[in-house]
Amino acid sequence: MDLHITVPFDESTAKSLKSGDYVYLSGIIYTARDAAHKRMYETLEEGGELPFDITNNLIYYMGPSPAREGRPIGSAGPTTASRMDKYAPTLLDLGQRGMIGKGKRSEAVREAIVRNNAVYFAAVGGAGALLSKSIIKSEVIAYDDLGTEAIRKLEVKDFPVVVVIDSEGNNLYETAVKEYNEE
Amino acid sequence: MRSIHVEDIVKTVKEMCIEANHFLTKDVENALVNAHRNEKSPVGKQILDQLIENLDIAGEDMIPICQDTGMAVIFMEVGQEVQIEGGLLSDAINEGVRQGYVEGFLRKSVVKDPIIRENTKDNTPAVIHYNIVAGDKIKITVAPKGFGSENMSRVFMLKPADGIEGVKNAILTAVKDAGPNACPPMVVGVGVGGTFEKCALMAKEALTRPIDKRSEIPYVREMEEELLLKINKTGIGPGGLGGSTTALAVNINTYPTHIAGLPVAINICCHVNRHSVREI
Repeated sequence: MDLHITVPFDESTAKSLKSGDYVYLSGIIYTARDAAHKRMYETLEEGGELPFDITNNLIYYMGPSPAREGRPIGSAGPTTASRMDKYAPTLLDLGQRGMIGKGKRSEAVREAIVRNNAVYFAAVGGAGALLSKSIIKSEVIAYDDLGTEAIRKLEVKDFPVVVVIDSEGNNLYETAVKEYNEE
Repeated sequence: MRSIHVEDIVKTVKEMCIEANHFLTKDVENALVNAHRNEKSPVGKQILDQLIENLDIAGEDMIPICQDTGMAVIFMEVGQEVQIEGGLLSDAINEGVRQGYVEGFLRKSVVKDPIIRENTKDNTPAVIHYNIVAGDKIKITVAPKGFGSENMSRVFMLKPADGIEGVKNAILTAVKDAGPNACPPMVVGVGVGGTFEKCALMAKEALTRPIDKRSEIPYVREMEEELLLKINKTGIGPGGLGGSTTALAVNINTYPTHIAGLPVAINICCHVNRHSVREI
């Protein structure tokens, strides 16, 4: 089903999304990838606070290429999500509503998604030029020293994603592949 | 002897880094269009549509095809009658990469040390492979390699008794394990034979062969065709979201090996199988 939803969103919206839904996101999302996750995780371990309120927010696993003049951002497609598996359950337990990435997740992440009524979306890997067109504004809000890996606040309009793991733990990567397997 | 000044190398490598990150070669573009025509899954078709549109936007607006503009892998075929003037060849190549990535708005994805992980901020150093060949020219291949797919690559040190079936199984295992992580549809580069490092290098080189050109060795060509069919029956599909297009091509290179061994390397590349080739 094709849906248009506003981000951030709460538990009830998350619960309405089903694995396989094609969704266009509009609103605010945040970027973080390997180095930013490591730093956020270490900050929490030391008893510190995260650089932004993650309640109900989506984190987009993405490090853009530099923006040319007059553009908000460069190429901006998803990176492989499994590298953030170590950190994701902690952040989901703190209220993060979901993430956008590509590729498989661990069982621990799937369980944390179900436990917190969250959602894992995939954006199309390797379509960074196309996806950049759905990003209206980009602002570095933390960890500027990390360059492309800094945390960015993005304003998006009709950003195209697919629900891979829904709040019930259904996983599109497993179900869809079985449907087309001819081995 | 023919003299080539390092400034020509710098300028050429710079242009090639920018070109490779914005324009795919025609063979890969054609393969995506063909895949779109034949894809069985509606979602798969939609994703292939997006990938084709992505290529158009990248070229028209000069936005890199993928934000992971890679680590610059460079193959140098240096004619032995060439004399390099004005400095070190490796320095010139790295200067070209630095200028290309900084001036071309490409992402800087290289860290200085694998453990300390401080970004070098200009995407240097490149990974350079030299080959000395006949003649008085230099052939340069710039192949920026993204790490979503690089991370899913494998080396298997098989036994001679494992034979051709062992090789096929190794390739299928690597592709299935990669699944959605490697941004399918993939291009699968394979090296069979040689030594531990030689097979890995062949797998990388195989990715630079046009994907509509099959191997000239009959049994290798058959294996390439058979594996492509098998990979496309796994159901992984575009984006890993199910479908009949999981790979665009399987390119296999071979080399003599030791009586005790059968090394196999699988270097997986996403559909953004970038390379630019020039001769100076």
